[in-house]
Amino acid sequence: MNVPEDLKYADTHEWIRVEDGVGTVGITDHAQAELSDIVFVELPQVGVEFAARNAVAVVESVKAASDIYTPVSGEIVEVNSALEGEPGLLNTAPYEGGWLFKIRLSDPGELDALLSAEAYREQLSQ
Amino acid sequence: MPKRTPLYDRHLTAGGRVIDFAGWEMPVQYSSILEEHRAVREAVGIFDISHMGEFLVRGEGAAAWLDSLLTNRVASLGIGEAQYTLMLNEKGGVIDDLIVYRIEETSYLLVVNAAKIEEDAAWLGGHLAEGVVFEDRSDTFGAVAVQGPKARALFAEVFNEPLPEARNRILTKEFAGEEVFVVTTGYTGEDGFEVVAPNAVIGAVWDAFVNAGARPCGLGARDTLRLEMCYPLNGSDLSPDRTPLEAGLGFFVDLSKEDFVGKGVLVAQKENGLPSRLAALAITEKSPPIRPHYPIWVNGEQVSETTSGAPSPSLGHSIAMGYLPPGHAKVGQTVEIEVRGKRYPATVVKKPFLKRA
Repeated sequence: MNVPEDLKYADTHEWIRVEDGVGTVGITDHAQAELSDIVFVELPQVGVEFAARNAVAVVESVKAASDIYTPVSGEIVEVNSALEGEPGLLNTAPYEGGWLFKIRLSDPGELDALLSAEAYREQLSQ
Repeated sequence: MPKRTPLYDRHLTAGGRVIDFAGWEMPVQYSSILEEHRAVREAVGIFDISHMGEFLVRGEGAAAWLDSLLTNRVASLGIGEAQYTLMLNEKGGVIDDLIVYRIEETSYLLVVNAAKIEEDAAWLGGHLAEGVVFEDRSDTFGAVAVQGPKARALFAEVFNEPLPEARNRILTKEFAGEEVFVVTTGYTGEDGFEVVAPNAVIGAVWDAFVNAGARPCGLGARDTLRLEMCYPLNGSDLSPDRTPLEAGLGFFVDLSKEDFVGKGVLVAQKENGLPSRLAALAITEKSPPIRPHYPIWVNGEQVSETTSGAPSPSLGHSIAMGYLPPGHAKVGQTVEIEVRGKRYPATVVKKPFLKRA
């Protein structure tokens, strides 16, 4: 499983990359492989605020719908609208073209509670 | 403890993702439901259906006894022929849907749903008649379904003879020194067959067809394939509270038979009108995938919920089934299906969803 070193991870299988106080969030390679065949993505509305660990998006495979949680609190500032026409990007490029949304962090301290790549890898191996 | 079929280790080796299905650990998919679905529509796939139940019924009175408990007419079967049929409760509701195969003059094979083996066996056992021997052989038989346009070629390769042209047939063959049943039935809408074999050789049957090129397919693809054909799934589209007439299965109900359990209710429904009809619903406008138990709305009122639903890999949009008031179940009727608090338009269409050439 691909677990890039430079990202932070939630135990619910989301990743976040933070630049200038804005986090880009997606699902991990492990999550996309578990879901497989993603055919629909429901994204949050820009401008809405969420608390960490709230369900903000839904990713649906042929067989099941799965909630996606935001790893941090903040306001949604952008969503990846390319996924509406091409949800399969979540399977083929989970860390690149398959990102889900960008969120302006209201409490950057929350990042400390997330997993490092190493810790997430350990969780996967259990 | 969940049960495992004789093919369990093969599923793990092939990368199968195992889930609980009716108390059985079964593969829901190997690599991809979409690819497995496509393999069956375009080439050939193989499914483990060993979880399904097998009953043997023998004796001079077998046909008459089965005819008193099942909706279709067993007496019309020639030797080597099969028919889809339903077993009803006293209210005319569905206990199970099954296939009856006439193996010999007075010997029948019944293949029933995995989730209903015990209930069916108890019901049949509780209605036993003179001159009939009933045996639940579910634990001694495994089974595979080989389905797809190339299934016929694979059969010829493995069995060194052509598959019978006709649907709904049963043959007795020898495989690896054991007697096995080859039946030309299936649950996908494709050409193909199923092999019912003793547990000891079902692994060799699986290997022979996988080596010949059949792609292992899981329950996920089995569900999307059957739903595209509007084949009902018991426990979802069929229930003890709905009759086969409401489910649109009147073709498999012979009301001219003298009697069978549930007949009176069906006759009354036929005279007085059906309380509901199982409709095929196409969701062609962009929507989230439609799944079972989503509310169905007609004219601003919730009338029922979907009994089945999935994104159709062949059609590229969601398809579903659900019971509607008969006045709103006509082809062309528009309804709405609710997903996470939002409603999406759906249209009642003619069954099946997938029209074959």
